[in-house]
Amino acid sequence: MGEIVGMTGDESIAHAVKLCDPDVIAAYPITPQTIMVERLADFVYDGELDSEFIPVESEHSAMSCCYGSSIAGARVFTASASQGIALMFEILFIVSNARLPVVMGVANRALSAPINIHAGLEDQLVCRDTGWISIFCHDCQSAYDTTIMAFKIAEDKEVSLPLMYGIDAFIISHALEGVETLEKREVEDFLPPRDPLYVLDPDDPISVGSLALQDSYYELKYAQEQVMINSMKTIKKVQEEFGELTGRYYNVINTYYAEDADVILVTQGAITGTARTVVDRYRRQGKKLGLAQVHVYRPFPEKELRDALKGAKVAATIDRSITFGAPGPILYSDVKVTTSNGGPIIQGFIAGLGGRDVRIEDIAKVADRAFETAKTGEEPSKISWVGVRGVEF
Amino acid sequence: MTETTITEKKKEKPIKWREMAFEERPVLAAGHRLCAGCAAPLVVKFTMMATEDPSICVSSTGCLEVSTTIYPYTAWQTPWVHCAFENAAAVASGIEAGLKALMRKNKIPKRKTNVIAFSGDGGTYDIGVQALSGALERGHNLTYVCYDNSAYENTGIQRSGATPYGAATTTSPGGKVIPGKPEFPKDIVKIAAAHDVQYVATVNVAYPKDFIKKIRKALASDDASFIHAFSPCPLGWRADSSLTIRIAELAVETCMYPLYEVDCGEYRLTKMIKKENKVPVEEFLKTQGRFRHLFKPKRRDDIINDTQKWVDWKWQQLLRLCGVKEE
Amino acid sequence: MSETQTDVIDIRFYGRGGQGVVTASRLIGEAGLLQGKYVHAFPAFGPERIGAPVQAFTRISNNRFYEKCEVVYPDIVCVLDPTLYGILGQAIVSGLDEEKGVLISNYKESPEELRKELKLNPNIKVGVVDATSIAIDVIGRAITNTVILGALIKAAEVVDLENIIKVTKKRFPGEIGEKNAEAIRRAYNEVVIS
Repeated sequence: MGEIVGMTGDESIAHAVKLCDPDVIAAYPITPQTIMVERLADFVYDGELDSEFIPVESEHSAMSCCYGSSIAGARVFTASASQGIALMFEILFIVSNARLPVVMGVANRALSAPINIHAGLEDQLVCRDTGWISIFCHDCQSAYDTTIMAFKIAEDKEVSLPLMYGIDAFIISHALEGVETLEKREVEDFLPPRDPLYVLDPDDPISVGSLALQDSYYELKYAQEQVMINSMKTIKKVQEEFGELTGRYYNVINTYYAEDADVILVTQGAITGTARTVVDRYRRQGKKLGLAQVHVYRPFPEKELRDALKGAKVAATIDRSITFGAPGPILYSDVKVTTSNGGPIIQGFIAGLGGRDVRIEDIAKVADRAFETAKTGEEPSKISWVGVRGVEF
Repeated sequence: MTETTITEKKKEKPIKWREMAFEERPVLAAGHRLCAGCAAPLVVKFTMMATEDPSICVSSTGCLEVSTTIYPYTAWQTPWVHCAFENAAAVASGIEAGLKALMRKNKIPKRKTNVIAFSGDGGTYDIGVQALSGALERGHNLTYVCYDNSAYENTGIQRSGATPYGAATTTSPGGKVIPGKPEFPKDIVKIAAAHDVQYVATVNVAYPKDFIKKIRKALASDDASFIHAFSPCPLGWRADSSLTIRIAELAVETCMYPLYEVDCGEYRLTKMIKKENKVPVEEFLKTQGRFRHLFKPKRRDDIINDTQKWVDWKWQQLLRLCGVKEE
Repeated sequence: MSETQTDVIDIRFYGRGGQGVVTASRLIGEAGLLQGKYVHAFPAFGPERIGAPVQAFTRISNNRFYEKCEVVYPDIVCVLDPTLYGILGQAIVSGLDEEKGVLISNYKESPEELRKELKLNPNIKVGVVDATSIAIDVIGRAITNTVILGALIKAAEVVDLENIIKVTKKRFPGEIGEKNAEAIRRAYNEVVIS
């Protein structure tokens, strides 16, 4: 067992990145991601990490630098949040299409306006169409572990796709927890050096980023989607190998008491932990409540989620995000589509936007509401906002 | 800060056209889809002719990019990368940093590799100015070449921060009330020079020897360097394709687009235009349809004279910076 | 995932920006880690600058726990700056366990005085220490974040004194760490509990 070190989410990511020995780090500061890049700058400036640290002038350039460095063959890391991701949005699509395994840590923060620095998963959820692998962590240990797995998944030649993984602003990014660390040697054995899919060799020149019009764009996108779908295999394989190394096994969908549950809470990020506490309380009272955490979000683990939810009467999704005018928030919609063919009733809840504290009793209310639905068997007609003032829940 | 200028450091090699013509130079292959008379491929050609080491090229979105790399074809004979419109400088920064790290960590063989970014005026003066400024400030070892055709030609000739005063574009038409672009262009060369990088220069396709010499200096600098390349666009400027080089000459002879360099902070004029040889700016304007509304149906002396005054004022400024006295 | 136990101690800290509230919450957590405990400590930041009220939370347990929410029902409330009572009043002790709750405060007067001021339930244990004076005396600056921890662990044995001193010295190496350690010991000895 490795040493237990007290670290915040940001710090655990920085320390794990250091073990992965990136060649280039290009990042722009944004609360609450700042500590990730500050620590990495410390490592580089103190000579503990041999990386080119590019202190870019914007997130747009951060992602553009990552694009350039990754094409040059480097192992690349960046980190951002909220508005930063909104600013680099354009380039995210280009990085994935070029099959570049850029790894990005995200401190999930609510999007402006109004400006807010606290937790919200929408900054990463809205990237669902960018072609990036997307993972949501639930504590500092999973942030640390996911960092190390991220490089291995992204750089696997079968995958060669960018990967972003998030931790909730402050609740994880700035939260101290005990993190079981790995040795440099262990990570070196686990994570092979990057072997790029292609290189920029002046002796064997290629062009990257060509114009592809009506006659080729369509096929290229189809091919890209196949790579994304197939990446699930590698994600699972790497999770398995990581479990063998550390004893910490991650799944694309992490479940807790889901097998015999009548009601299953479907969560992402930090809310998962609080929901789990509620499951424990309810189980002590003999209520059949379970939990399914959508840990890997893109590619979406459809089969695994269906398996997790198959015995339940109601699955209550809790979204820490909003998408306006849609049939439901983002996680809800994905879960609903996935289970549309004979699954449980999907009941959608929104909670905790802008870092509003999501308390144990809030989640208990969600569970109670879902149990009511299970009893009546009637599908609720609208999405419920948990604890929004002035609106009856 | 350096004690020695690039000009002193870089021993000048003679440019022997005959030999260079037969040398295997990584330039654009024939068959690209740029317009007849477009100067952009000449900008690439002269830049690449100046290279002595392997190069990696970056293009921002624009005419040059869309016309040279129509999938699955490419005209580029060096490794070439395109990302987006506003970020050629940032992508080039990333490539430079990546190569530097990989070479330092012995992951790839050590060899000098030029990183050269090509971007139009839209991608440089306007949408790309932030990324450019960042790259210049950080001092990546790269050369940024702006081919200035003075408008968003690729999207259909819209005005940019580089479009000359009075020029008609599709977003600054020669209207009945407002006769063409009402603003003077920004001085991107001074903006670049204000970053105190080692080498900044203007080049022109009508002066290839000067062009190649300057690129060689830019590549010899171990800092970010910036090159402004005047690049006529027959389509957008409504000029005859055969006149590209003549228009380029006039740009220099009128002092509208002077040839100079800023070498470690020292301004140096590389093509002096004597007072008696200075061509009136009208001669330049007359060659291009984008200025036709200044002459027909009614001559707009106000606009023409303002342009001349502005050119004279900029030229005097430059002479002062270069320490040159007109007799 | 395995079954969760519940012996979690919830601590809520109050102070002002610049007083090291977040560090206090963190040091308790780090000391807990040294004792093999499980911890979660995090701040509730606003746009705080120096002087603005700040909250931080520490959860600590002998068993693994999972909740990731603010401390609404604290077992312990710890106040670094007594001037906050004037601003926040009874909100400071909101949710404090009426049976076995503990209030630790930087406070010049007696515990009874504070009890009266906040109309506290008599079951709540109150510990007061003049942390500002100790800090100025020993450290030379009115930074009370480490000092108050000495009082906190005397009144509620969340972690061992020696572990608090250990993590404090690690956080502040050299002479400043020694001084902080001394201040913590003084607060530990001088805290008045009722």
